[in-house]
Amino acid sequence: MAKHHVSTTINGEPVEFLCDTSQTLLDVLRNELDMTGTKEGCGTGDCGACSVTLDGELVCSCLVLGAEANGKAVQTIEGMAAGSELHPLQRKFLEHAGLQCGICTPGILMAARELLKHNPDPTEEQVRYWLAGNLCRCTGYNKIIEAVLDAAREMRGESHA
Amino acid sequence: MLKKTEVAMNPSELIGSRPVRPDGVPKVMGLAQYGADYELPGMLWGKVLRSPHAHARIISIDTSRAKALPGVKAVMTAADMPDQAFAYQGPERVQLNFWHMTRNVMAREKVLFVGHPLAAVAATSQAIAAAALDLIDVQYEVLPHVINVEEAMRADAPVLFDNLFTRGVEPVPDKPSNVTRINEIKAGDIDSGFAKADEVVQMSFTTEPVHQGYIEPHAALARWGADGQCEVWSSSQGHFVVRAYTAKLLGLNVSDVVVHPAEIGGGFGGKTVIYLEPLALTLSRLSGHPVKMVMSREEVFQATGPTSGSSMTVKMGVTRDGKIVAADGVFKFQAGAFPGSPVMNAAMCAFSVYDLENARAVSYDVVCNRPKAAAYRAPGSPIAAFAVESVVDELARRIGMDPLELRLKNAVKAGSPTIWGPKHAHDGFRETIEALMNHPAYKAPLGPNQGRGVASGFWFNGGGESTATLHVNEDGSIALATGSMDVGGSRASMAIMAAETLGVPYESVRSTVADTASIGYNFLTGGSRITYATGMAVVQACQKVIEDMRARAAMIWDVDIESVVWQNGAARPADPSVGDFAPLTLKDIAAKRAVTGGPIVAEVAVNAGGQAPGFSTQFCDLEVDPETGAVKILRYVAAQDVGRAIHRSYVEGQIEGGVVQGIGWALNETYIYNDRGQLENPGFLDYRVPVASDLPMIEAVIVEVPNPNHPFGVKGVGEVNIVPVMAAVGNAIRDAVGVRMTALPMSPPAILAALDAEAVSA
Repeated sequence: MAKHHVSTTINGEPVEFLCDTSQTLLDVLRNELDMTGTKEGCGTGDCGACSVTLDGELVCSCLVLGAEANGKAVQTIEGMAAGSELHPLQRKFLEHAGLQCGICTPGILMAARELLKHNPDPTEEQVRYWLAGNLCRCTGYNKIIEAVLDAAREMRGESHA
Repeated sequence: MLKKTEVAMNPSELIGSRPVRPDGVPKVMGLAQYGADYELPGMLWGKVLRSPHAHARIISIDTSRAKALPGVKAVMTAADMPDQAFAYQGPERVQLNFWHMTRNVMAREKVLFVGHPLAAVAATSQAIAAAALDLIDVQYEVLPHVINVEEAMRADAPVLFDNLFTRGVEPVPDKPSNVTRINEIKAGDIDSGFAKADEVVQMSFTTEPVHQGYIEPHAALARWGADGQCEVWSSSQGHFVVRAYTAKLLGLNVSDVVVHPAEIGGGFGGKTVIYLEPLALTLSRLSGHPVKMVMSREEVFQATGPTSGSSMTVKMGVTRDGKIVAADGVFKFQAGAFPGSPVMNAAMCAFSVYDLENARAVSYDVVCNRPKAAAYRAPGSPIAAFAVESVVDELARRIGMDPLELRLKNAVKAGSPTIWGPKHAHDGFRETIEALMNHPAYKAPLGPNQGRGVASGFWFNGGGESTATLHVNEDGSIALATGSMDVGGSRASMAIMAAETLGVPYESVRSTVADTASIGYNFLTGGSRITYATGMAVVQACQKVIEDMRARAAMIWDVDIESVVWQNGAARPADPSVGDFAPLTLKDIAAKRAVTGGPIVAEVAVNAGGQAPGFSTQFCDLEVDPETGAVKILRYVAAQDVGRAIHRSYVEGQIEGGVVQGIGWALNETYIYNDRGQLENPGFLDYRVPVASDLPMIEAVIVEVPNPNHPFGVKGVGEVNIVPVMAAVGNAIRDAVGVRMTALPMSPPAILAALDAEAVSA
């Protein structure tokens, strides 16, 4: 079976890969490009663990074909920190214990970053609804919500308690 | 030890603090390696052929067409693994039978549930492996199946095993059945107890299986070396147990298998068992390549976990002034396709928060054509608590007493009896009730269709075998290893306890989890035993190192070891008469290690007893929409005795997470089977776990009644938090709209039907 040649950028870097027609972007990232930060929890778009952005739009990478990334810009968890400097969301998740097992964390961080791009000053309810597509089975969500709200405060330049 | 638990402890900056966990940065950067993230050169992909039938005899399996497919390197069936002797092993409450276990990982004579593995392939790509599955020809003789526990107990039910004769009854039955075991435990005399009661409530309940719902599907990477040396990378709650089970099922010495602990993406009890590991190793043996296998979410729901569904009847009696005088419970649990539901746990935990002279609990373990039940957070106890705590709520209503007050009047304390024998040895339960009685929100007013429900719970917690090793590096920093998988932040709690004991900064301790060849045995991360038992090994290893430090300082100063004390991370003269010596820090001593005895290392193994049980009391405020039956949780307050919180945030996180799992169990989660025995909701869309927008903030109230048997007072924290939840929610629904829900889940259609029935009968 002939493979598709795909030219894309991932986290700002030009990347080319070959993939089968049926291969998802998630499968390509994890199994062709060794970028295993993006996690598979369900494969059907229900858990949000594989969230990435495609041309700035938050998507479940298990619902996108690898071939669809052609000519587009992909952002994954591996590109979230600036070098070794953590994104404020990453730092706040650590400070607030916003992760337990951590398998959902990359997807939640990607989703939260998009939320704060759209709405830098969300209410607790807005965070809860935005993250409703990202399942976490460990935390009960309290500390995730607190981390996102605190990161938002910091990113707005407000002092925080 | 039967005494009020009071432990004097030095004030500490570290114990109960909230430092960043050692495994945190890799996890937020996407660098942490979970089960499915490993790969090896030359690796093949393995996939499993699963039964489409709920119950069928396997007539034949022809793998020849699959083997002939280009890219396929191996095909296996159960014939490629040795069979196991039929023998129950271990304590009755948690018995193993490898005859059953090998049939669970791969069917032999029969398939027993939809999704039951019966063959597996390894191929050069996932697509080829999937294609090869379609080329395996299986001939079945389809048999009638049974899903429900009451139906499975009927005399005319389809029988899963011809060799299953009910245990626990005399004489042993001469006909096989699906009831694997009947057990009765009791104290006192329930008839005379009930005779003293002014009010008696008896109700029957059902619950459905629920899945642990960890976000990470099972995965395994395995390499069978040409020299017979095997390696496995997989997520589990105990890589030593993975090693033991895998070696046993494949006829290997445990020393021939090394299991590397991958990060675990949630377990909650569901990753204490094996599914893929023996298959991946067998495929690796047959192909000569490393083999990686990853379950889909559908496979996870169809063939792993869940906990049992149940059918229960509970009867309790109370006097008008609030003394519970008798309790009687019958608990029938679905084990799934193989014996071993947590029904004995359920029976033991059922009445364990109440000081009862007269009580009895009878349990039935029943097989049916579902996936075999696996542990799930305080296995068995939440199911029993749904029944018992609902009945206690009705008792409180009958006598017009506040439900917290009724619980306080009957609460166990150290010295109270249990129905399984030993007396309670610890306090902590009353304190959880009092914490809620004093909570300002407990008096908050409620609106129309709103209600408040209270419930309590008990869990044993665990001790057992753990090993820790401590290495003092040349700069005075610490390499700390245990063999306990970190599922809830235990690397952080181990580092806190080590740093606190040694008197060194938290940041100077590197806390790791070692593979099975690099450290002594550790039992599972389960039973809420790690911070207790493994923590004890860590603290004892620190104490050994401190003794070593004192001896080396004594050597350097040329004094007796008794003249040296260890304080604040340094050896110091015990008193001024010893001499005028500047303190020697860990770093100072480490720098001289080569001339004072060589590497500074301690290894400690424990088989910890003395664990203290978990107690929790919770209340829930909610609102029921009478038009739709939908429930909105308005407020949730959970008080739990944790002994002593080591990492406060992760203790809170355990409580918050457990409560939310319970809310899902109460309101939404269930396995839905059609009449062919197929699971109709094997995905997160239809098996709906709680999402962020379903919930308010959960308030965790940490109660600390220290356990004197642990150096820092620890009790387990991970499990009891889920025990009261379903009853608390059910009791709140009763309070809100006047209907008593006796079946889980309390979903909108179920509540609406109950409201309609109430309206008709009114």
